[in-house]
Amino acid sequence: MKLADPDVIERLQGKFPSVKAAEAVDQPTVVVGRDELIAVAEHLKSVEGYAMFNDVLVVDWFPTRPRFEVVYQVFHPEKIARFRFKSYVGENETIPSMVGVWAGANWTEREAFDLFGVVFEGHPNLTRIYLPDDWEGHPLRKDYPTGGNRID
Amino acid sequence: MATDAEIEVISDETMVINLGPQHPSTHGVLRVRLTLDGERVVGAEPVIGYLHTGFEKSAETLTYQQCNTLTDRLDYLAPMTNNLAYVLAVEKLMRLEVPKRAQYIRVLFSELTRIASHLVWLGTHVMDLGAMSLFFYCMREREVILDLIEAASGVRMNPSYFRVGGLAYDLPQGFHEKVRDFLKDFPRWMLAYKNLVDDNPIMNERLKGISILGREACYQYGVTGPCLRATGLALDLRKAEPYCYYDEFDFDVPTRTECDAFARFWVRFDEMYESAKIVEQVIEKITPQGEYATRDRKVSLPPREEIYGNMEALIHQFKLVTTGFPVPAGESYQGVEGPRGEMGFYVASDGGPKPYRWRARTPSFYNLQTMPILAKGGLVADVITAIGSIDIMLGDVDK
Repeated sequence: MKLADPDVIERLQGKFPSVKAAEAVDQPTVVVGRDELIAVAEHLKSVEGYAMFNDVLVVDWFPTRPRFEVVYQVFHPEKIARFRFKSYVGENETIPSMVGVWAGANWTEREAFDLFGVVFEGHPNLTRIYLPDDWEGHPLRKDYPTGGNRID
Repeated sequence: MATDAEIEVISDETMVINLGPQHPSTHGVLRVRLTLDGERVVGAEPVIGYLHTGFEKSAETLTYQQCNTLTDRLDYLAPMTNNLAYVLAVEKLMRLEVPKRAQYIRVLFSELTRIASHLVWLGTHVMDLGAMSLFFYCMREREVILDLIEAASGVRMNPSYFRVGGLAYDLPQGFHEKVRDFLKDFPRWMLAYKNLVDDNPIMNERLKGISILGREACYQYGVTGPCLRATGLALDLRKAEPYCYYDEFDFDVPTRTECDAFARFWVRFDEMYESAKIVEQVIEKITPQGEYATRDRKVSLPPREEIYGNMEALIHQFKLVTTGFPVPAGESYQGVEGPRGEMGFYVASDGGPKPYRWRARTPSFYNLQTMPILAKGGLVADVITAIGSIDIMLGDVDK
């Protein structure tokens, strides 16, 4: 794997000692604590130059605890480099919203709330985006029942 | 009669109306909640989810090879680039080598798909602006490309032609000639389109200075593709992060600096020429006969004649069909340059034959999020222009 920005993890660890490097086949990846998430994102955006928002997504590692892995992907438009940072959140916990840093996180966080039930603290409008408002449960959770409707 | 003061009070009021979901110019089931002050748009909030199909959940119950069929149905106007992003993400995770010839054929179909998708965009966008005939021409010419896709994959839409490890089938006999015929006709079509739209006073009036989206907003919202290139930044993943040997081809990345609907129109229009240029080069590199999928029998199906005479091939075929192949645990992301922007797939595996998490990063979702910026301050008619100029596909937005 050829990296466009190979020592970004070291630079980030110099600034935030709690940032842990994680293994990945494709792009530099780190794990960040929830309390430092916004600070790391701000730093990546304004100091490192990862100005472009790419994606926010959630992976449900049920029954491991903490259950949800929230993955953020950002892009460096000048160096053409990608960076991924993630954080973990449990079922009845909240994670700070990224909307203040990248406005584009708005819909992806709503989607994560809709399909996984992850609550993003400080989100301006955390409502369901795909499913009807009266839908019960969060379908992309691993313990959400699959299969057809029951016929009595 | 109302006094001036009363009129003042009345004009403060805004009105909320729905554009869609059943509206022909919203390109599908998009609903935009418009807040209007007279004819001016004060706020525009897209309401989505009418086409939500739960692909990401379905994928978790299918094997890696079966999931391919879901990718077609996301952005059904550009199925091949969706296939490509997905198979590359899985191949990256498996560290799988794919024959060069298969990669070239993937390039060929990605570019044909891009032209087909842009033709639909061109026809519908111009129809939204009031010109009818171009739509029929574009649809007629798109059919030629769909015939090529049908010749190779057997179907016009949702081909699932790219598979993990290569392609589903080899190219049929006489395919090269068909592509060359297409390339012969293509400049003539483009000239006809150009004569209709270039320097057309109505087009210019409807597009110039309308729905401006600057580069900073593109960064903020993750807007990619032609919308980003209309802000003057030549960011194209085919050049920036070459996949499938795209670095071997000579093509330009069209850009514009005006950031408006006019700029986005011409970026897309010029992209079609560049795609044709790539098709022209790649068809010369594809040999009529050769490998079209990896020989790794743990991943790709053995040929039919081998199954009848070889026990091992029979076992491989049985395993692949019944359980599929395992993918090493881990995660990978691959973005490719689709017609609408960065089409990406994030695949997380737990080591089993089915994806643990299958995430589609669909460009239209991110592009549509800028709707309030695009529509604000314009007229209601400009909202239609804005929807057409960001070229959204509702299957892509709603997943």
